[in-house]
Amino acid sequence: MYQYNGFDTAFLKERNLQFRDQVQRRISGALSEEEFKPLRLMNGLYLQLHAYMLRVAIPYGTLNSAQMTALASIAEKWDKGYGHFTTRQNIQFNWPKLQDVPDILDALAEVEMHAIQTSGNTIRNVTADHFAGAAADEIEDPRPYAELLRQWSTDHPEFQFMPRKFKIAVSGSAKDRAVTRAHDIGLLLKKRGAEIGFEVIIGGGLGRTPMIGKTLCDFLPKSDLLPYVEAIVSVWNLLGRRDNKYKSRIKITVHEKGLQEIQRLVLQRFSELRPQFKGQDQTFLNALKKAFATPAWIDTPTTTFHENYATYPNFKSWVDINTSPHRNNDYAIATVSLKTPGQTPGDASSAQMRVVAQLAKTYSHDELRISHAQNIVLPHVHKSHLFALYNGLYPAGLATANAGLISDIIACPGMDYCALATARSIPVAQEIALRFKALKLEHDIGPLQIKISGCINACGHHHVGHIGILGLDRAGVENYQITLGGDATETATIGERAGPGFDASTIVSAIERVVFTYLDLRLSYLETFIETFRRVGAPPFKAALYPDASEGKNAA
Amino acid sequence: MPSKSYSKVITANALLNGDVIYLNAKGGWTRQHSNAKIFHAKKDAQAALNTATAEASHVVGAYLADFSDEDAGPKPTHFREVFRTKGPGNYFHGKQAEAKNVSV
Repeated sequence: MYQYNGFDTAFLKERNLQFRDQVQRRISGALSEEEFKPLRLMNGLYLQLHAYMLRVAIPYGTLNSAQMTALASIAEKWDKGYGHFTTRQNIQFNWPKLQDVPDILDALAEVEMHAIQTSGNTIRNVTADHFAGAAADEIEDPRPYAELLRQWSTDHPEFQFMPRKFKIAVSGSAKDRAVTRAHDIGLLLKKRGAEIGFEVIIGGGLGRTPMIGKTLCDFLPKSDLLPYVEAIVSVWNLLGRRDNKYKSRIKITVHEKGLQEIQRLVLQRFSELRPQFKGQDQTFLNALKKAFATPAWIDTPTTTFHENYATYPNFKSWVDINTSPHRNNDYAIATVSLKTPGQTPGDASSAQMRVVAQLAKTYSHDELRISHAQNIVLPHVHKSHLFALYNGLYPAGLATANAGLISDIIACPGMDYCALATARSIPVAQEIALRFKALKLEHDIGPLQIKISGCINACGHHHVGHIGILGLDRAGVENYQITLGGDATETATIGERAGPGFDASTIVSAIERVVFTYLDLRLSYLETFIETFRRVGAPPFKAALYPDASEGKNAA
Repeated sequence: MPSKSYSKVITANALLNGDVIYLNAKGGWTRQHSNAKIFHAKKDAQAALNTATAEASHVVGAYLADFSDEDAGPKPTHFREVFRTKGPGNYFHGKQAEAKNVSV
């Protein structure tokens, strides 16, 4: 992992001192809320429905056990004993008090963390494949590039007051686990012959106007990364609409100007910037690569793993569902589910954070990841340790075998917390998970991604859920629209709206009808929901959702 | 002109802890919506909102919210305001767990 140098430490100390002073001046009345709001947002502090919310960056989702333990302590000391992991690999604390936030930021700084640029019209936390550095299918670890981008973008003077927020995701595998095509810039490491470069995708995004990103450059030499990304952001910073926040994101700029014109402008700007990058960035990148060096793998037999796998059905089920192939065949990547049915998706208590931190220290070379799917990942677990890991997770309620299944639901905080929300998300996720647990169909249904957003901003990624749910306010009543056929991977697709929405009391049954339709239509248990949907299309699912309409009656 | 159909309270968040607060009949702030002052005249409500926004540095984001005038006190009419009177639904946190009248 990257470790702060003297510059980083001093920079963060200075920023935290500045914010401490700003908070004091706000409390004393020297600063008005109008003056203070942009300052607190620059430091990740929002005012939500019931309290303040502090959003802490977890760069490219990577943590060590000391950092996870510090998050647990912060939740305990200054919050209500839990944190919420988000779809942008951040953590949010829902109940901090204003006067405590400077102390929280100091506690974060002690473990090399902060909340800078987790809000505002800046380049936000750079996200990455949560299996980075571990996945068997990886071309190259994307994290050194993500760290390079993080450092370049942090406090970048040109990019502090942009038309809108800007999100970058990086992946090092052909299999896209970072939703790169739904970001302002998606960077995909790819091979051309023996050479590795970046496919640069721009203009993706969800929200009010969902769009799948377009390839701006099919193969960018890695050494051109910073000047090329700077050229893109620089061009958009001038062109982007500042008159209408709904048209300000780069996806709209690309849509309005056309990809070719953006390409022309980016290349023009790139030709100005490229000579200014004289190699210091590459020297620095090489140092970063050493920080992300492969752990010293342990070499020990995996015999006990195979014995336990054959002996304990629950362990076998967890291994089958929650572990993924590692680049070292004696290792596995373990997904720790934060989606036990009935639980709030993405929430972890302080006690759970401590348990998983200790397990990561013991069994995962001291590394943890937060996934955009709001789960925790232990990326490097030797197979001989999987059984001990499972037994360590189980008593903490962290051994649910449901990664990628119907109860592994992404859900934003919705109107239980969020001031922007138009409806609740959490209870819908809880009820769906509990319904299918009661039906005991989850494993039979197989891979199925349900994603729920509590407003059009789509923090819950509903557009790219196989089944998406969008909560809206319809004449003072919560109403839930269903989208079908979305896809967050390398075959990214925006789901299509099924029809009129459902109220809170009928949405779960509606989802059940969609799933039962899939079970009826699939050719075999090997055909997944999304495969069936692509084969048969939306009509049979719509017929199940709106039986009255299919019989020629009105669907309200 | 007071109107039966116009029925609002002034609500905001407290500066220090962000808790939901309401303007009361004495011109102070209360954490209990049942103690909020109901406005039936748009002009009065707007004037009180302007004063609240301008004068109270310890409140944030004051706005007018629809509340009905009930015997038991003001009652929120929109589900968003109902949630603000209680706290989140997934944990017993917020107002529902700390139901006491504490001055801002």
